[in-house]
This record gives sequence, structure tokens and C-alpha cells, in this order.
Amino acid sequence: MAADIMTRGARGPAKPRQPAPPRRRSFLAENPSVLWFMLALGLFTAVVSVLSEAFGAGLLSTSLIKVLGMTLCLCLIAIAMDVVWGYCGILSLGHFAFFGLGGYAIGMWLMYARTEIVIRENLASGTIPPTETEVTEAVTAQIFGVVGSSELPLIWSFAYSLPFQLAMVVLMPGLLALIFGWLAFRSRVTGVYLSILTQAMTLALSLYLFQNDTGLRGNNGLSGLQNIPGFLDVPQSVISMWFFWASAFALGAGYLLFAWVVWGKFGSVIRAIRDNESRVRFLGYNVEGYKLFVFTLTAVASGLAGALYYPQAGIINPAEIAPIASIYLAVWVAIGGRGRLYGAVIGAASVSLLSSWLTGGGAPNIDLGFYRIIWTDWWLVLLGLGFVLVTLFFPKGIGGLFDYLVRKRP
Amino acid sequence: MPLSFRTAPVLACLICLCLAALHPQPLAAQDDAPQGTLQALLQTHQEEVARPSRNSVALVLDALLDAQLDGTLEFLRLWQDREVYERDADGLFFYAREGQDRMLVLTDIDTGEEAGVIGSREINQIRPNAGVRREIAAALVQFELSDPDPARRLAALEAISRSPDPEQIPLLAAAIEGEPDPAIRERKERVLSLLIARHGSDSAERVAAIEALTGDISTEARRVLNQLLQTQAGIAGALPEDANIERVRSPGDDLDLITAYDRLADAGLAPARRGHNAIRDALRAHVANGQVGGVALHRLSTDEARREAYRTLEEAGLVPPLVTEAAMQAAVAQYVFFDAYVEPDAAVTDAARDALDSTRTKIGIYQAFGLTLDALSLASIFFLAAIGLAITFGVMRVINMAHGEFIMMGAYTGYVVQLFIPNYTFSLAVALPLAFAITFGAGVAMERLVIRYLYTRPLETLLATFGISIALQQLAKNIFGTQARPLTAPDWLAGSVVLNDIVSISSIRVAIFVLALMFLAMLVVILQRTRLGLEVRAVTQNPGMAASMGINPDRINMLTFGLGSGIAGVAGVAIGLYAQVTSEMGANYIVQSFMTVVVGGVGSVFGTLAGAGLIGFLQKGIEWFNPGNTLAAQTYMVLFIILFIQFRPRGIVALKGRAAGD
Repeated sequence: MAADIMTRGARGPAKPRQPAPPRRRSFLAENPSVLWFMLALGLFTAVVSVLSEAFGAGLLSTSLIKVLGMTLCLCLIAIAMDVVWGYCGILSLGHFAFFGLGGYAIGMWLMYARTEIVIRENLASGTIPPTETEVTEAVTAQIFGVVGSSELPLIWSFAYSLPFQLAMVVLMPGLLALIFGWLAFRSRVTGVYLSILTQAMTLALSLYLFQNDTGLRGNNGLSGLQNIPGFLDVPQSVISMWFFWASAFALGAGYLLFAWVVWGKFGSVIRAIRDNESRVRFLGYNVEGYKLFVFTLTAVASGLAGALYYPQAGIINPAEIAPIASIYLAVWVAIGGRGRLYGAVIGAASVSLLSSWLTGGGAPNIDLGFYRIIWTDWWLVLLGLGFVLVTLFFPKGIGGLFDYLVRKRP
Repeated sequence: MPLSFRTAPVLACLICLCLAALHPQPLAAQDDAPQGTLQALLQTHQEEVARPSRNSVALVLDALLDAQLDGTLEFLRLWQDREVYERDADGLFFYAREGQDRMLVLTDIDTGEEAGVIGSREINQIRPNAGVRREIAAALVQFELSDPDPARRLAALEAISRSPDPEQIPLLAAAIEGEPDPAIRERKERVLSLLIARHGSDSAERVAAIEALTGDISTEARRVLNQLLQTQAGIAGALPEDANIERVRSPGDDLDLITAYDRLADAGLAPARRGHNAIRDALRAHVANGQVGGVALHRLSTDEARREAYRTLEEAGLVPPLVTEAAMQAAVAQYVFFDAYVEPDAAVTDAARDALDSTRTKIGIYQAFGLTLDALSLASIFFLAAIGLAITFGVMRVINMAHGEFIMMGAYTGYVVQLFIPNYTFSLAVALPLAFAITFGAGVAMERLVIRYLYTRPLETLLATFGISIALQQLAKNIFGTQARPLTAPDWLAGSVVLNDIVSISSIRVAIFVLALMFLAMLVVILQRTRLGLEVRAVTQNPGMAASMGINPDRINMLTFGLGSGIAGVAGVAIGLYAQVTSEMGANYIVQSFMTVVVGGVGSVFGTLAGAGLIGFLQKGIEWFNPGNTLAAQTYMVLFIILFIQFRPRGIVALKGRAAGD
């Protein structure tokens, strides 16, 4: 793009009038993948619904539906990672921290509200109705007894309120990303240093959460999140479908949003930042502003993905936020293919599904006679080596295969 | 089968004991033993010796100590060790050892000669319980204080200093005179002075003993002083004259009203406060016709309604009255609250306080010194873990996520070598170079096979090496299993260097510190003084120019990478000596190592040193303010690093000019 402008500038005064710029074609026409993706996602959702236990043939078990729904959430965070890394060139090793923060924010409400309902039921059987203080104290004892605390931590003050915690799902990752990004981009920390800095942030957050006295139950984490307050009588098979649909919707909306963000002028600028940050800065663009916007937006999307993921997983603990999770995220995106949104989806879905199939004992072990290949033992070795090969020989990832199918327009 | 093998012997013993108890006591036995022997003395207390209890044992011990018979010491020792037996037939006591065919060979207590063989069913082992054995041990002390074996004498002294007792003062004082060994004599005098300070009978003597402890920072001296200064909270109508008051506490000032009132209530001086739960329980007890005290049950979900209902009950005289704040204040005002020393002698407590105060500065200095040593040790560990990375990342700008796994490989090499060479010193001498060789090879292989294709894409080396890292980790898990493997240090590294009771550091940490210094010196020499170092620096600064000067950049990159990896391997052996060897041990160091390099300044060995120093001292410093919470210290340290990088993005030692590159 920079080169484009320079040649035009050289031609400068010779022509009295610039030719009218070519009319931009519509969003969908420039991004055929969006349509295809929506179609595939819709089809997948429909098929899963039809085969589900709650609303259809019952061929897919509830736990499988949950795994699929969780995978959709992972696809969403992978798209976010792709935008921030593949399009904007920031190799963030902190997006799983935002994912976890979103999960913690919604988990606080889920855990508090459900405990409150149970406690109220228990106390109502007494002769004298409980006061509000008694209820709060009983809930606190129930939730925090495990870390030996009897006071409700300050951050739980509004945990009873769903709207407040939903706002937190957006605000906590958003504000953290905003502050951290502002600090980091302002002092021009780039490349490898930025990766290490984001990794340090993730490490600090997980170490913080690991402490018992920081009010989030230390390494016990939050649990019982699969029970939705207000719907405690609804069977898990139905709830899992609700979350599956919500995850599918979120993924579709996220894909649309990010496809739109990386399209047009904005998309060109952030790709230019990826390719040569200094040159974009010299052209007068506020590079830090662009980077900060992309970083924060993707962090919020990650937080939302986490808020949908953990009610399906049922439990969240600080180990989920450990730096290695964020590196795995980068691995998925790289395997799927950077710089194309559907690549991220393919990478996240294939690697995480394959991983849970092979490590969950789903795959048959292979007996070679002299040695027995047990997939749970060898999967990580395979993944690691496969990853080296992809980096070395297929820098475009799995998504790169689509280039062979669809010849790119000149 | 009705009885398992485990319960059968226990049961048999029980039956034996019952039979023994039922057996008519052979009173004639007393006459058999000649007077003036140990056996005779014991027979006068036959019942207490055979079935000792904590209360009765004192009688026997006093009698034994008064008589001062030969063999008393040995008897006490064997009695304590459950090696004295009682013959069922006549109640005489013997020592016994196992003979052939489950028979016991008896030894006469007085003569020490063999006294026949007896079946184990005809004799009863005397088993004093733990309390009795403690009493016996205390009695043994005074014998052992003059034992010919110096080790026994020292052990007896330690026993006294662990559990001091006023009665030991004369015994110990008497034992000092005949002490031949000057060191033990000094020790005896010291223990005696501690004993006198704690339990002496004469006030002036105690004060003198306490004043002798002024400036003494040993744990035992401070423990004695602190015990003397123990206080006890007290309440009284007026300040008691005879008590040794530490301070008077005024309610509302340094003692809050509720606590003060609760103390009154606990002492039975005021009616107990009616708390939230008490009110609820009282209401629950008086429910009638769906209401309590005229308030409908469903309205009782607020504190106001509950109090109202309670007041109605109170007026009806059904429940004890609520204690109002005014009543609480009035009650508290009637009494004086104070803390009094348990020790009644004011002169002693004053002297003890002065002595303790005098140690404070000295202790502070020593603690700071100890903290510095800890921090230095931590810094040297960080330095060791990060120095290899400083070369590969700092000099070559390659992010090697598998660096931690090279550390792990080094540690496992040490473990495997120990399997083949049982001598720990020798195996360590083999393991260090071998670990270097193996990880050097692994590093070179990785550079040749993977990293050289990625020099133009530095971020992707991060991903590729991460792949190698998880593969290596899982391989180690497959080979060595998930449980931690021991890497044992040789004996000369097992102890610790002790300066005094406050400052001590384990020898391994000293060794790691020395190793870190050696690495530092070695690297500086290699990089600054050798041809290889010159070429490395040239390739780092400008590979193209270096190549045109006849340096082969490929070869240099390969060697540099190998060197960095090899150092990681050696660091692994060192780290494995004090931490556990697991497949995940490398992953624990990788993030911190990166931070060390980045904080210190990329591309400089001294920068890494500064970074490790900063991080080590910072972490120990934060732990100092928040002791016992290592996680919090780490959290704040990482936050500090993030902020630090904001202000010095290039680290402490920033390269300037062209060398900085990007």
C-alpha cells in the first residue's frame, strides 16, 4: 500500500485530475468466505440439533454436545487471536487470560446465585425466615469455607446481580487489555518483547488467582457452573443445547464482526502495521491507537467466549489461565493458517477436537507387536513435532490448502 | 479365619498381661534377694516397677536415686527401652535377650551373669508408657551428666535445654565441677545460666544470669527471655498490688468495647451479650400460634422485627434482657483491664525486657544479612537458568521455548548417571560434562534441523521451539514416568553453612552460587577474549559483513546455540540437586528466565546478571514484607517487571548504537 502511494506521488503534477478511485465492491462480494462460513456453521448447528438428545434423534450424547459447544467458543477466541496476530502482527500470549477473566466474571454470578437459591431453600424450612445478613453469611460460608475465609471478598459485592457480572464479562478483559495495551504500545514494546510481556501478564494473573486470599477460591477455582440459577430443574441435555446455540450464534456474530473489521481501510491499515509498523507511523497514522483498538476488541471477544465456555465446562481454575494455554492458542491459529479467519476456526476446531479424542481414550491404541502405541502418551509428542513441521513447511497452515482449491483473483 | 495375623499377637499379649495380673504375687520372692542390692530395692517397689504409671514411677525413681546403687544407670536405661522382664514365677526382674527356640536368656540385674533360660510365656516384658519413659529419661539426665562418654553428656545437656526444669539446677551445678572437657564445661555453664534465668529461686541471681544474656542472639537465649516475658490478660475491680503489670489497657482506646465486654462475660462478671444467633434461638423457642411476641413469623426476616419481638418477650420476662451498648459501657467502666506478666518478679521481667531489647538491632542486621544471602542464592539460580537463554535469545535473537527442556534433559542426565555410578561425588563429576555434551548435541541438532530455516521469522521460532518443547516434555514423561526422580547430592554438599542461629545457608546453594560465578567468568572470557567470541559478536552485529570477512555465520550460529543449550544442561544438573527432577521442571523456569533476560537487557551477559540480581533481590524483598506467601511475592514481582519494561524497554544494560539493532 505504501508503495502504491509513492508511485502515485511520483506521477503527481503531470495529470490534472486523478482518475476516480475504483468503486469498492460490497463486503460480501469481497469476502465470499463469510457466506460459506455462515452456511457451514448453520448447517452444522442444524445437524447437531437434529441429532441431539434433547431436541432430536438422541444420537449425540450431552457430554459430546458440550464438547462441541466448547469447541465453538475456542473457535471464537481463535478468530480473535487471528485478528490480533495474523492481521495486526501482535503475537499476544495473553488472550487466554482474557478468556479466563470472562469465565470468572460469569462464574461468580453462577456460583453465587445458585448457592443463594440452595441456601434460601434450606433456611426457609426453619421456623423463622432468614434475614438478608444470614443468607449472605451462609452463602459466604458455603463458597469460601474451602479457603478458610468467612468474609465475602469485596469483588463479590455485586455477584448476586447478573447484569453487573455480565458487564464485568466485557469490562474486566476490556479494561485490562486497554490499560496493559496502552502501557505496552506507548513505550513501543514490539515483537518478541511484547510476546514476553503479555506472557508475564498472564503469569502474574494466574499467580494472583492461585492465592487463596485474593477472593476467587485459589486453586479450587469456581465450580458447579453447569447449573444455571433459575433453570435448576431443566435437564443438562437441554441446557447444553441452549449453550451450544448461544456459542454458535456468538461464533457467527464474531466472525461477521471481525471479517468486517479486517475489511476495508481499517483492515488495510492494521495489515500494514503488521508488515511495517514504522512506515505506517511515518505516513501519519496513529499506530498505537489502531493496535490498542484491535487488542482491546479481541480481548473483549475472548472474554465473551470464556463466559460461554465455562458454564459448559462446569469448572474454572487458575491453571486454565497459565501461560501455556495462550501458547496453545497461537499453535491452533498457526496450524489453521494465519491471516484468514476461517483458518483460525479450522485450526482451533481440528486440534482441540483431535486432542480431546486422542487423550480422552476415544482412539484405539495401536499394537505394533514390539511396542504398543498409547495415544494419551504420544499425542503431545505428535502434536509438537507436527507443529514444527507446519511451521517449517506450511507457514500458511491448513487454510493454505484452500488457495489451491480457489484460485485467487489477480 | 476368625483372627487375622495382625491382631493375633496383640491379643496374645493382652491375654498374657491379664494372666500376669491375676497371678498371685509371690511375696516370698522379696526374701530371696540379699539386702543392699538393686534387685532387693526393686522388689520393695515390685508393683510400681512391673506396672509403672506416671504417678507411681516418681516413687521408684526417688528410691533409686537415694540409694545410689551400682547398676542403677543401666537399669534405668534398659527399663526405659523396655528391656526389663519380670519372671512370672517369683516376680524377680531380669534383663533378657532372645535365645534359641523362642527362649529368652536371662541376665541377673546385679551380677550381670546369665541366670538361665526361660520360655517367653513364663516371663513378662515390662512396657512403660510414653509418660513414664519421659520421667525415667529426666532421672537418667543426672546420671548422664557425669557419664564418661562426652557424647552422652552433650545429649543430656540438650535434653535439659529442651525441657528445662527447676529441679535440674542443683544437679547441673554439681556436674560442672568434675567436667574434664572445657567445651562441654562451657556448655554446661551456659545451660545452667539459662536454667537459673528461667527457674532460679534467688531474684538477684536470676537478674545477673539474665544480664549475662544481653546481646545474645541465639535462639535458646531468646526463647528463655520470651518465656519470661509471657503475659496474661486480667480483669479486676482495682489494679492488683501484687501483680507484675505489663500494661493497663483502656477500653475504647487499645481494647475495643465488645472484646472488653466479652472478656467480662467470659469471666462471669457480666451477663453474656445476646448475639444474632441467640436472639434467633430465643425467638424460635417461643413460637406460639404462628407468631412470636406479637409479631407474625413471616415478618421476622429483618433484624428490626426480630428485636421488636424479642423486646416483647423480654417485657413478659420470658427471655434474659438484651445487653445495650450503654449497659456494656457501664459494666466495662467498673473494671480495670490489664496484661500482667506470668512471672511475678518485676526485677526479672525488667531485666529480661532490657536484654531482649538489646538484641534487636543485632538480630535485624543478621536477618538482613541472611535475607541478602537468600536473595543472592535465588539470583544465582535465576542466573544459571537464564544464562543459556541470554546467549541464544540475547545474542542470536532466537526465542528458544525449549530452553527449559534442555534444563530438564541435564537434570535427567544427572539422574541416569547416578543409576550407573553409585558414588555421588564421582557421578556428579561425570554428569556435569556429560549433561553439557548431551544438551550441546541437542542444541546443535535443533539449530541445524529447525531454527536455521527460521532466522528471518523470529516470532515463528517461538512457535516451532514450543512444539519441540511439548514433544520433549511428553517424551520425558513417557520414558521416566510422571513421578519426581531423585538427584542426590554428595554428602559434602548435603549440610549447610551455619553462621549463627539466624543466618545459615545450605551448601548446595553455596555451590550453585559458585557455579554461577564460574559460568559468568567463563562466558565473559569466551565472548571477549577468544576468536570464537569475536566471531560470535561479529555475526550478531552484522551477519553479512561478518560473512564477507571470512567468518562462516552458519558455523558460528550452530556453535553459539550449542553453547547456550549446553550451559542449560549443566544448570539442569545443578538445579536438579536441590529441586525435584520432573518432566515439567523446565517449564517452571522458562517464563522467569525470559523475564530475567529481558529485564537485564538483551545481548549482554552482565545484563542477565543484573536482571537475575534484580529479580532475586526483589522477590526476597517482597517476601520479607509478606512472609510465607511466595505466590504473592511472585505476582508482585511480575507486575513490577511489567512496569519496569515500560520505563526501560531495553532492560537495565541497554546496548547502544548499531549493536542495538532491532
